Amino acid sequence: MSVMKRVSTIFKAKANKALDRMEDPRETLDYSYQQQLELLQKVRRGVADVATSRKRLELQLNQLQQSSDKLDRQARDSLAAGREDLAREALTRKAGLQSQMTDLKVQYDSLQGEEEKLTAASQRLQAKVDAFRTKKETIKATYTAAEAQTRINEAFTGISEEMGDVGLAIQRAEDKTEQMKARAGAIDELMASGALEDAVGGPRDDIQAELDRMGASHNVDAELERMKLELGQGAPKQIGTAAPAAASDGDTARAAQQPDPSQAGEP
Amino acid sequence: MIVRILGEGQLQVDDSATEELNALDAKLEAAVDGGDEPAFAAARDELLQRVRELGSPVDADVIRPSQLILPGQDATMADVRRLLSDEGLIPG
Repeated sequence: MSVMKRVSTIFKAKANKALDRMEDPRETLDYSYQQQLELLQKVRRGVADVATSRKRLELQLNQLQQSSDKLDRQARDSLAAGREDLAREALTRKAGLQSQMTDLKVQYDSLQGEEEKLTAASQRLQAKVDAFRTKKETIKATYTAAEAQTRINEAFTGISEEMGDVGLAIQRAEDKTEQMKARAGAIDELMASGALEDAVGGPRDDIQAELDRMGASHNVDAELERMKLELGQGAPKQIGTAAPAAASDGDTARAAQQPDPSQAGEP
Repeated sequence: MIVRILGEGQLQVDDSATEELNALDAKLEAAVDGGDEPAFAAARDELLQRVRELGSPVDADVIRPSQLILPGQDATMADVRRLLSDEGLIPG
C-alpha cells in the first residue's frame, strides 16, 4: 500500500479503536470533546513554551553581541597602544563568539518557524473544536441510533485525525524546545563559568586588565616626567647620592637569595 | 477526495488527480523502502507541491476524515518510518 494510504489507515485505526470502547455513541462525542479541550490547552501551553525558549535565545544573542562589540573595541584600543598580541587575542575570542552566534541564530530561526506552525495549528484546532461542539449537540438532539452512528463516526474520525495531526506538531515542538533549553542552559553555564563573559566583563577580564595596566604605567611615566621637569637640576644629584646605597642593597639581596637556586635544584 | 498534509491541514482535491498522485506516492514509497534520503526529499517535495497546486483548503469548520494523509514538509525519512510503524502518534 502507498505511503499516504498507510498513514491514513493508521489514523483511522486509532479512531476506530477509541470508538469501539464506547457503548453509547453519544458518550463518544462528549468524551472526544473533553479530549479536544485538553488538547487545545496543551497546544496553547506549547506555543507559550516555544515563545519562552525563543525569547531566552534572543537574550543570549544580545548578550553575545555585546560581548563581541566589546572585544572589538578592545582590539582597537590594543592596536592603538601598539599591542598587536593583545589585539589578536581579543579578535580570536570575538571569532569564537561569532561562531556561537551564527549557530544560535540558525536555531532561533528554526524555533520561530515552529512557533508559527504551532500557532496556526492551534487556530485550526480551535475552529474544529467549535464546529464539533455544535455538531455534537445537533447529533445528540436528533439521535436515532442507526442514522446517528454514521454521522458520529465521521465526526469522531475527522476530529481524531485533526487531533493526531496537532498532537504530532506538539511533540515536534516539544522536542525542539527541549533541545533549545539544553543548548541555552549550556551557554548560560559557559557564561557563568566565565569562559564567554570573562573575555569581556568584570575584574577578571585579562585583556582589559592589560590595557588598564598599560594605561596606568603610561600615566606614571608621564607623571614622573612632569616631576623631573619640576625638580629641574635637583634630580641628577639625588640619583647620584642614592646610587651607592642601592648597590649595597643589591649585594645583600643577592647574598640572601643564594641558598634558593640550590634548594630549587634538589627535588 | 480530502487530502491532509500533516502540520498544514486538509485540502479538497478532485478525484481525477488520483492516478497522478498515486504515481508520485509510489516514488515516495520506493525512496523510503530503498532508504534513499535525497530521493525521499525530492519525492516528498514533488508530491506536496502537486497536492497544493491541485487542492483547495477545506473550510476550518468542516470535520471530515481524509482519504489520504501525507507527511509534512519537514518530515524526514525516519519520521515517515515512525508514522508507518505507528509510533509517535498520539492516541485518538
